[in-house]
Amino acid sequence: MDEPVAVVGASMTKFGERDAWVQELLAEAGKECLEDAGVAPSDVEHVYAANMASGEFEGQGGIMNALAHDLDLLPAYSQRVDQTSSSGGAGIYAAWQSIASGASEMTLLVGGEKMTHRTTGEATDVIASITHPAEYKQGVTLPSFAGMTARHYLEKYDAPRESLAKVAVKNHKNGVENPHAQFRKEVDLETVLESPIVADPLRLYDFCPITDGSAALLLCPESVAQEYADEYAIISGVAGATDTHVVHEREDPTTMGGVVESSQEAYEMAGIGPDDVDVAELHDMFTILEFLQMEGLGFADPGEAWKHVEEGRTDRDGELPINTSGGLKSKGHPLGASGVAQGVEIYEQVTGEAGPRQVDADVGLACNVGGFGNCVITTILESGGEAA
Amino acid sequence: MSEDDRTPKTTDGGTDAQPPFAATRYESGAISYPGHPTGPEGTEPAETVDLAEYTAEVVTWTTSTATPPGVRQPNHLAIVEFEVPDPSGDDVHSVRALGQLTTDGVETGDEVRPVYVEELREPGVGIKDEDSAQDWDGYRFEPV
Repeated sequence: MDEPVAVVGASMTKFGERDAWVQELLAEAGKECLEDAGVAPSDVEHVYAANMASGEFEGQGGIMNALAHDLDLLPAYSQRVDQTSSSGGAGIYAAWQSIASGASEMTLLVGGEKMTHRTTGEATDVIASITHPAEYKQGVTLPSFAGMTARHYLEKYDAPRESLAKVAVKNHKNGVENPHAQFRKEVDLETVLESPIVADPLRLYDFCPITDGSAALLLCPESVAQEYADEYAIISGVAGATDTHVVHEREDPTTMGGVVESSQEAYEMAGIGPDDVDVAELHDMFTILEFLQMEGLGFADPGEAWKHVEEGRTDRDGELPINTSGGLKSKGHPLGASGVAQGVEIYEQVTGEAGPRQVDADVGLACNVGGFGNCVITTILESGGEAA
Repeated sequence: MSEDDRTPKTTDGGTDAQPPFAATRYESGAISYPGHPTGPEGTEPAETVDLAEYTAEVVTWTTSTATPPGVRQPNHLAIVEFEVPDPSGDDVHSVRALGQLTTDGVETGDEVRPVYVEELREPGVGIKDEDSAQDWDGYRFEPV
């Protein structure tokens, strides 16, 4: 199928500490997305539920079936998509494939996770279970990978510790304008730098929180989108790539191979390069990841990303705004929802619906990272219809 | 790194009957820890290399204070790099490993050696069952 794949609807729940379980969260975002687009449940042919660990967190399986039933989507084909923290991005890829292949003319993607009923230690252990057994037995966590990588980056490039803190300050500032964000409160540099150490040299405010929430996107061929909306987004590029399971086997700890490979393929598909991107949502689960993705995506040369942040180039009024939503850092990180929520923010930016967060954007990019760069999905959205 | 000719350690929970710190050498000469059924560039595993016979250099490190259930707190961790000569002695291959440190105060570039420990974390306390495929013993790194 040569027809472009469009996004005609988007929604997300309030992120944070929620009483609802994952099944309810998925239904909440999914229902709002269909209503946003004016699409009847009976018109949905495929439904994908992006989720990392509902079994581990809640003992709940079969959530794609539950979602389809709860929204009266039967007999639509349903499938759960798990790619750890990049499940949402993988869901976008799967939903795009379902439309591009011609298998579906209306596909609903909903990503969600329920985590906050677990202690921080329990949630950290569920996430750490994605590591190789040789890593897991050492008590390694994703934050400890971030600490080791941040130290290596700072030492290798002689970058100041404060530059990482400025990522947190920027993204918290952006999150104030996002009504769905978990934290809508600015933090100053001193607060970040004096917060408790979690994985030396990284401190509490260098990390995203544990979050409940859900987000949804509705995909269809562009010709179908034109029946529902004057303004929509086009998925002009989407690709995924995988790096080593064992993190220390990577030749350069500061290079995220999955980001490099997936973005090159997505740029090629879209026929653009990094200089053409107007706005980006990056997977800032840890502040250091924003630097590594900026460099892997070609937004900055190796070892130079920290300078872009220091100079304000990634601020909302900068030349390349990054994480206008507040990012995972401020908005929150309900694992399976995060990649979809990145897509929601880029959809709103390129269709002019981002309200007080709006920047001048026709082309937006989302980079969703699973594990510590183990799996990566890069998605490029462009304005479509009257939004173009 | 120089070859370490020390006798088996018994400090820090180790035993005389320590298993090898088993890395895998592939037909290409490349070494990885842990090993994989297929190595870099599609090569087959050729032999096991015991990294416990060598010292290593600290590439980077962290001290993790937010540890999961069953893991010591704080948990000092490092990525280290061994340089292992090939059997002919004509070439040297680098191989990295991640592991706990026996102490804090270790810096990037320091030389460390592996020390066997029977339980790196408490079995069965976290998400994995004690009787699962997960093993719980292994090596920490001690400053030389």
